[in-house]
Amino acid sequence: MKKKKVPKEEKVGYLQIAKELSKCVRQYKTPSILSIVFIGLETLFECLIPFVMAQLINTLTKYDESGVNSNELLTTVLLYGGILLAMAVCSFACGLFAGRVSAKASVGFATNLRQDLFYKISAFSFTNIDKFSVSSLVTRQTTDITYIQLCYMLLIRIAMRSPLMLIFSVVMAAVMAPSMAWIYALLIPILAVIFLFLIVKAVPIFTRVFDRYDELNESVEENVRGIRVVKTYTREDFEKKKFFKASDDMRDQFVVGERLLALTNPFLTFFMYVSMLFIVWFGSYLVLDPNSSIEVGQISALITYGAQILSSLMMLSMVFVMIAMSTACLRRVYEVLVEQPTIHNPENPVKEVKDGSIVFDHVSFKYRPDAEKFALSDVNLTIHPGETIGIIGGTGSSKSTLVNLISRFYDVSEGKVLVGGVDVRNYDIETLRQNVSMVLQKNVLFSGTIKENLRWGNKNATDEEIKEACHIAQADTFVESFPKKYDSPILQGGTNVSGGQKQRLCIARAILKKPKVLIMDDSTSAVDTKTDAFIREGLKSSLPGTTKIIIAQRVSSVQEADKILVMDDGKIVNMGTHEELLRSSPIYKEIYDLQNRVGGEQK
Amino acid sequence: MTTNTAKVNKTPSLNEPKAKKKSPLLRILFDYIKMHHVAFIVSVICIFFSIVGNIAAPVILGSVTTELGNATKNGLATLTPEQIEDLHNMIQTNAFILIACYVCSIIGNFAYSQVTAIAGQEYMNDLRRHLFSHMEDLPIRYFDRNDKGDIMSVYINDVDTVRQLIIQSLNTIMICGLTFLSVFVLMAISSIYLTLIVLLGGIVMIIAVRHVGGHSSRNFIAQQKMIGKQEGFVEEMMIGLKVIKSFCHEEESKRDFDKINAELQDVGTKANSYANILMPILGNIGNILYVIVAVVGAVLNINNVYNPSAIAPTITIGIIVSFLPMVRQFTNTASEIANQVNSIAMAVGGTARVCAMLDEPKEVDDGYVTLVRAKYDDKGNIVECPEKESTIWAWKHPHSATHEITYTLLQGDIRMFDVDFAYNPDKIVLHHISLYAKPGQKVAFVGATGAGKTTITNLINRFYDIADGKVRYDGININKIRKKDLRRSLGMVLQDTNLFSGTIMDNIRYGKLDATDEECKAAAKLANADSFIERLPKGYDTYITNDGGNLSQGQRQLLSIARAAVNNAPVLILDEATSSIDTRTEKIVTEGMDNLMKGRTVFVIAHRLSTIQNSDVIMVLDHGTIIERGTHDELIAKKGTYYQLYTGAFELE
Repeated sequence: MKKKKVPKEEKVGYLQIAKELSKCVRQYKTPSILSIVFIGLETLFECLIPFVMAQLINTLTKYDESGVNSNELLTTVLLYGGILLAMAVCSFACGLFAGRVSAKASVGFATNLRQDLFYKISAFSFTNIDKFSVSSLVTRQTTDITYIQLCYMLLIRIAMRSPLMLIFSVVMAAVMAPSMAWIYALLIPILAVIFLFLIVKAVPIFTRVFDRYDELNESVEENVRGIRVVKTYTREDFEKKKFFKASDDMRDQFVVGERLLALTNPFLTFFMYVSMLFIVWFGSYLVLDPNSSIEVGQISALITYGAQILSSLMMLSMVFVMIAMSTACLRRVYEVLVEQPTIHNPENPVKEVKDGSIVFDHVSFKYRPDAEKFALSDVNLTIHPGETIGIIGGTGSSKSTLVNLISRFYDVSEGKVLVGGVDVRNYDIETLRQNVSMVLQKNVLFSGTIKENLRWGNKNATDEEIKEACHIAQADTFVESFPKKYDSPILQGGTNVSGGQKQRLCIARAILKKPKVLIMDDSTSAVDTKTDAFIREGLKSSLPGTTKIIIAQRVSSVQEADKILVMDDGKIVNMGTHEELLRSSPIYKEIYDLQNRVGGEQK
Repeated sequence: MTTNTAKVNKTPSLNEPKAKKKSPLLRILFDYIKMHHVAFIVSVICIFFSIVGNIAAPVILGSVTTELGNATKNGLATLTPEQIEDLHNMIQTNAFILIACYVCSIIGNFAYSQVTAIAGQEYMNDLRRHLFSHMEDLPIRYFDRNDKGDIMSVYINDVDTVRQLIIQSLNTIMICGLTFLSVFVLMAISSIYLTLIVLLGGIVMIIAVRHVGGHSSRNFIAQQKMIGKQEGFVEEMMIGLKVIKSFCHEEESKRDFDKINAELQDVGTKANSYANILMPILGNIGNILYVIVAVVGAVLNINNVYNPSAIAPTITIGIIVSFLPMVRQFTNTASEIANQVNSIAMAVGGTARVCAMLDEPKEVDDGYVTLVRAKYDDKGNIVECPEKESTIWAWKHPHSATHEITYTLLQGDIRMFDVDFAYNPDKIVLHHISLYAKPGQKVAFVGATGAGKTTITNLINRFYDIADGKVRYDGININKIRKKDLRRSLGMVLQDTNLFSGTIMDNIRYGKLDATDEECKAAAKLANADSFIERLPKGYDTYITNDGGNLSQGQRQLLSIARAAVNNAPVLILDEATSSIDTRTEKIVTEGMDNLMKGRTVFVIAHRLSTIQNSDVIMVLDHGTIIERGTHDELIAKKGTYYQLYTGAFELE
C-alpha cells in the first residue's frame, strides 16, 4: 500500500527522505521501539477485552431465567469481572507507559531534527544561505518540524496500532468462526482498494489546495504589509475582488477534496453493515444448521471484531493521508538536511595570518555556476598591509562581492585571492575570519546587552578594551549616556538604537577582533559626516597596521584613502588617489560633482 | 521608519465588553447555522437517520441472538422443523428490518457528510471573504496597533480552528450527542440503578478529562509559547546568519539554540504525554465500569432487587446482557467527545480572535464631496462630463442647506491651520502645525526620525484624523471629502515599497487599473525603471513574488515611483522615495521625477538634503513642531538647525 502511494513525478522518493530523517531518531530509538511494543500490548489487551466480554455475555445467556444458581452466577461474573479488571489494569498500564514513551520518542526525534537542521544551517556558506530565504529557513525549523513530529507520533502510535488491531482481529475472527471469517478476507481488500483510490484521488487535490492556501495567505500578507499602498491608491475593492476570486477558487477545490474524503465514512459504514448483515443472516442459518458448529456467542464476537477490523483500516488510511499531506514539509526539511556546505576547511589549514596584505590575482566570480554573467571579471589588485582602500561605485557594481571574497564568504570561480601571501582557501576559516574583520552592509545586532553584542568580536575582551573600541567607533558617548551604559539591552534586530548608532556599534564589534584587515561595507551611511570623519581618524591612529577597506556611497568617506577603486559592472574601472581620480575617472568625477555641487550629501 | 513613528502602544480593544455578551465560539457557530440553515437542518436530519443504524442494529442483533440462543439452548435436536421454520422466518424478518435500518443509515451518513463538506467549505469561504473584506476597510490605526504576525495568524491558524470546529467537531459532537442521548434513554428504560452507576462512571470520566486534559492543555499552551520563543530565536539567527559566519559565532549560537530546544522538548514531552494518556485512561475507566455494572447487575439479580423500569420488575439476566453492550457504547461515545476537547479548546481561542477582528470598527467615511471629471463650458463654468470629453478634475460639492451643487477645480492647494495630532490622546505628536502648499509647489520636511514628518503626510490623506485645527484642500475641509476621492487625488511613494504578486506590468498598473501597456512603459521610462526592467529575462512580464524579494531595494523604489507616475495624481507625497537609490541613479531618477513633479503639489521627505534643496519651502521639524521654515538659501543664511544638518554637524536618524 505504502509503495504504490509514491506519486511518480516526485523527484525524491519517500524512502530517501525517510532514510535521511530517520538518522535523527538516535537516542530515541529505545523509546520508539518501547512505544511500538507497548502500543502492541495495549492493542492486544484491547482486542482481548471484548473477547472476554463476549464470553461473559455468552455465559450469562446460558443461565436460564428460571433456574439461576445464584452462587454460580456470582462466581462467573466475579471470575470474568476479575479477568477483565486485570486486563483493564494491564491495558491501562501499557497505555500509560506507551503514551509517555511515544511522547518522549516523537518529541525527542523532533528535537534532534531541529538540532540537526540548525547545526546544518550553521555550517552553510554564503552560497548556501543565498539559496534559501530567511522566512523559509524559519518555517522549516518551526512549523515544518512540528508537523513532522505529529507524523512521527502517528507513525509509532496509530500506524502500529491499526495494523496490529487489524491482524489481531482477523486472527481472532478466524479462530472463532473460520466458516464465516472469510467474509472479511473478501471485504478487506475491496475496502482497501476503495480507500486507496480515494486517497490517491484526494491527496493531490489537497496538496494543490494547501499550495493555494499558502498563496492566499501570502496575498493577505501583502495586503497587511502594503495596506498604505492599497489605501493610497484606493484599491480596497480591487484587492477584495482579487481575494474573493482566489478564495472561491480554493473553495471549489476544497469542496472536491473534502467530498472525496467524506466518502470514506459511508463506505466504511456500508462495508461494516454488509459484514454484519452477512454474519447475522448467514450465521443464524449456520446456528440452525445441525452440520455446523457455530454458536450464538460467536456471532456477536465476530461482529465486534468486524467493527475493529474496518475501523482500523480507516485509521490506517487517515495516517496515509496525513503523511501524504505532510510531504511538502518533509521535502522542505530534507532539502536543508542534504544541502552540502560549499565551503570547507582545508586539510592542513594555515592557522596564522602573517600580515594584512591582499592580492587579487585574475579573479573572476559568479554567484551560481550556471549564471550567465560574471559578478566580477578578471580583477587584479594588490593591497599592502596598513593601507586604506576606498571603494566607490553604483548599486550592483559588485563592490560587496569583491570584499566578500577576502574573508572567503564565497570561493572565487577563477583566479585566487591571497591574504598575507597565502591563498584564502588554505587558511583555517576561523583564523581567516578572525583576522579579516568585516562590517557587513546588512548590519545585525542581537538581543542581549551592548556588552554581549560587542563581545562577539572577542569573547575575552576586557571592559577597557570594549570602551576603547567604542571610542574608536565613536559609540562611547551615546552608550555612556544610556542609564545602564554597556549593560543596556539591545532588542531583537537592534530596534531600540538608531541606524547610525547601530552602525557604530557594529564597527566597534569588528574592531574588537583586532584584525589584520578591517572591511567596512557601507558601514557609516547613517552616520553624519563629522562623526564619520572622526571614526576614520580613530581607525588611522589606533589601528595603523590594519589594512582598512572602506566601501562608501559618499566621496567624503573615501577621499583620504591611499587608493580608491572605482567599480562599475563587476570591474575595477579606475584606481588611484582622490586627486588622480578627479582627473582620470569620469565616473568618480561625476559622483564627486553631484555630491559637492550641493555641498556634500547628507544622509 | 514610518512604522516607528506610527507605532502606538497596544491598547485593549474597545469592543471587549460587547464581545463578552456572547461567546465567540457560539457566535461563529450560530452564524454558520444561520447562513447555512438548510444545510444544517438537512445534516441534522441525516445524522439522525445515520445513527438509526448504530442504535437499532445492536438492539435487533441482540434480540435475534437472544431468541436464537434461547431456542438452541437445549441443542438443535429438540427443535421441530416448524420451530426451525419459524426461526428462519424470524431471522429473515429481522434481517429485512436490519437492511431497512442500514439503508437508512448509509443514506443519512452519505448525505450529511457530503452536505457538511460542501456547507462547511462554503462557510469557510464566507468567513475568509468576510474577514478580508472587513480588514481592507479597517483604518490604518488598526495596522499600527497590531503586529503583522498576529493578523496573519488569524488567517492561518485561527480560521483553521474554525474549519476543524465546523467540519469535524460539530458533526462528531452531534453524532455522539444523539447516540449518547439514545443510549442513555435505552439504558434508563432497562434499569435505573445500573444507569446511575454508569452516570457515576461518567462523572469520573469528566473529572479525568478535566484533570488530565487540563494538564495537557496547560502544557500545550506552554509549548506554544516556547515554540514562539524558539521561532523568535531562530528568526534572529537566520537574519543574522551572515554576521554569525563572519564572527565565527556558530558554536555559541548552537549552544543557545540547544538550551531553548531542550526547554521546548521538556514542555513538548509533557504536553504530549498527557494528551496520549487521556484515551487509555478513559477507555479503561469504561472497562472497569463494564465490570462494575456486570457485578452489580448480578448481585441485584441474585437478590431479586426491585427494578424501577419500564420492561421488567427485577433485573433479569436478559437485561444485564442487553445493558452491558450499551455501557460499552456509552463509554466509547464519551471518549470520542473527549477527543474533541482539544480542538474545541483551540476553537475557543481561535474564534475569539476571529471575532475580535470582525468587531474592529471600520474606517468611517462621512465625506460627501466627490471627485469628478469635468470641463469648462462656453461660459467658463465647470460642468461635469464623461471621461472622454473631460479636460479637468473637479470637486463636486453638494450643499445640503441650499440643495445646490458647486464645482471646484482640483488644483492641489493644501493648507493646514494650527493642526494638533495625537496617536494616543495623552501624547500629542504634532503641535500647532500650519502650512500652505500652493498648487505646483514643492514642500519638503526635514527632521529626525520621530519628528512627525510622515505623520503630517498621513493627515493629508486622512490615514489619521487631526485632533485639532483645520486642513483645507482646494479650500474644502478635507473631512467633507470622501476618503476614496481624496486619496485618488494623492499619489504616494513610500520608503517601504510594497509590491504585489503579479508581473512588473501589473505592479505599475496598480496606479491606474485601466492604463495601457504603453502608458505603463512610459511611466517606467519616466522613473528610469525601464532599463533594469528590460534587462530582466522576461522584461515587463517578470513575475514578482514575495514582495519583490528578487529585486534590489533600489529597483523596488523605482517601480513604486513608476506606479505613482502612472497614477498621475495632482498631489504627490514622496516619503523617502529615493533613499535606497545610489547617487548616480538618483540623479537620473530625479530628472524623471522633476518631469513628474511639474505642475503638481509635492510633499517630500528625504534624508538626503540634496534631494530637497530646490524645494519652494523647507520645514524643519523637531518633536512635532516646525522649528524653521524657508527656502534652502534662507535657511542656510539663518545658520540654524538646517544649516547644522546641512554642514554635517548633526546626525539625521
